[in-house]
Amino acid sequence: MSETAMRIEVFKTYKLYVGGKFPRSESGRVYEVTDTKDQWLANAPLGTRKDTRDAVLAARAAVKGWSGTTAYNRGQVLYRVAEMLQGRREQFTAEVAAAEGLGAKKAAALVDAAIDRWVWYAGWTDKVAQIAGGANPVAGPFFNLSTPEPTGVVGVVAPRTGHGFSLLGLVSVVAPAIATGNTVVVAAAEQAPLPALSLGEVLATSDVPGGVVNLISGRTADIAPTLASHQDVNALDLAGAIDLEGPGAAAALEASAADTLKRVVRPAADPSAVDWTASPGTGRLLSFLETKTVWHPMGI
Amino acid sequence: MSTLAANAPGAPGGGLADVAASEATLRRFLHGLPGVDQVGLEARAATLGTRSIKTTAKAFAIDLAISMIDLTTLEGADTVGKVRSLCAKGLNPDPTDRTAPQVAAICVYPDMVETAKTALRGSDIQVASVATAFPSGRAGMPVKLADTAEAVAAGADEIDMVIDRGAFLSGRYLEVFEEIRAVKEACRRPDGSSAHLKVIFETGELQTYDNVRRASWLAMIAGADFIKTSTGKVAVNATPPVTLLMLEAVRDFRAATGTQVGVKPAGGIRTTKDAMKYLVMVNETLGDDWLSPHWFRFGASSLLNDLLMQRQKLRTGRYSGPDYVTVD
Repeated sequence: MSETAMRIEVFKTYKLYVGGKFPRSESGRVYEVTDTKDQWLANAPLGTRKDTRDAVLAARAAVKGWSGTTAYNRGQVLYRVAEMLQGRREQFTAEVAAAEGLGAKKAAALVDAAIDRWVWYAGWTDKVAQIAGGANPVAGPFFNLSTPEPTGVVGVVAPRTGHGFSLLGLVSVVAPAIATGNTVVVAAAEQAPLPALSLGEVLATSDVPGGVVNLISGRTADIAPTLASHQDVNALDLAGAIDLEGPGAAAALEASAADTLKRVVRPAADPSAVDWTASPGTGRLLSFLETKTVWHPMGI
Repeated sequence: MSTLAANAPGAPGGGLADVAASEATLRRFLHGLPGVDQVGLEARAATLGTRSIKTTAKAFAIDLAISMIDLTTLEGADTVGKVRSLCAKGLNPDPTDRTAPQVAAICVYPDMVETAKTALRGSDIQVASVATAFPSGRAGMPVKLADTAEAVAAGADEIDMVIDRGAFLSGRYLEVFEEIRAVKEACRRPDGSSAHLKVIFETGELQTYDNVRRASWLAMIAGADFIKTSTGKVAVNATPPVTLLMLEAVRDFRAATGTQVGVKPAGGIRTTKDAMKYLVMVNETLGDDWLSPHWFRFGASSLLNDLLMQRQKLRTGRYSGPDYVTVD
């Protein structure tokens, strides 16, 4: 037997991404992730309610620093994410192909689109104030200025269906939230969490401060309701809340989010028909903003 | 007082009055205490920290911990308004839930005692005042005693004094002993009653566990009603091993003399989890006798908010956040 044939492959231990670190689940448990043909791919950590709570703490702690950076600086950081992602294109191509059951070529195109999406949102960071704010005309000797400010901690239920959901879809919901200065806790797609968990490694090496993005894999029916009911989460993106009933259903999540007056972005009418490669528009970018208006005397 | 009476269990000084007859006897006694097994102590404290306390036991522990808090503000920037709002919080910690228990005491600087006393009139909450040139303790005896007397005269129910760590570390034990005695005397009110005396060791500055054990016995023999770990003003504050050591000291002291002394860890206790670890330690080391605000206290400020958030979580099933408790 030749030496190369005897080599045992080194498997990767996928871990959560919380507060800039890569912890195992507090439960110590994992679950099996398969490709679309039920072939085993890897074990992913089974994140729990407590992991989610810890992630919200980390996200809250990161709000002050991240929302306090200049918009220009945030744009640079987001562009840096694109650079890092570009360098690991092969790995993500393989993971997206396995997650969505696509050929290598189509998967590579989706990864390229995800990289471009980071660049697109990187450009928006210092322009969003111009479309969401501005000087208001008032009848008096005052300047009246409205500026958009980040909402705070955003809970994201990552997309679980639609063309390109596993990486491009994830980027399309995470990037707009953090571009404006929010921090996020993401419930990764339950059946296909590997691109999301690997994205954590990209974020950790690309100047994104720890806690700005937190990624939890596990049962959406555990994680999403925890985010929806958590009193320290300010907004909820339900892109991947596709369950028709049970605690993970969009209506149930929206109901418990209402108890604490969260902003909610509802899932698409038919989530499986969403094409994530389509131009995203500014809808999500403008969803997690609060308008601050100041009156300022005009002087002499 | 005859030697016999002074040595009887339950007598002031705990029946060990002879020990402090001279510098030499006191040193012989303190250095004759058994040495502390550092590895064993830390392992024991760590083990007791791993207990899982859930559901009804957790609810009980949270309420007990709230009722044991000495809610503290000891800042140079303290104002009358801040002390008043702290008192209001102590009286009614969770405005959304009237079943939340009140704290044990409000702990302030001597000049704020009167303000706190007025704000707490009619309630069972005690007013504790730090004294004796807190936190360093670097002042002459007349200043320290005047500091104490002023706080007592203003109505303080409890006095938190600091020992002279410099004297202790250079081995002048009798000086520390006499200091505690004198402050205890200064706690006396005209009507004959006396403010409770808590003695702060600043364990972070005592260097060794052996010193903590010696300081504990020294203070208890001198007549401390409570022994307290820290001021909260230095880098190392209350730690589980140090607190466990002090709990063992009060246990042994009661066994030897029949006098029960309270313990107050202070500084650095910020989360419900921390607080519950301490309660487990008290229960395992001392038992039910000490599980009341009368014998065990937490010196803390931010701990209360975390306890309230955990309490809300148990009540509503949702995780709470800092938006739902007061900003101190």
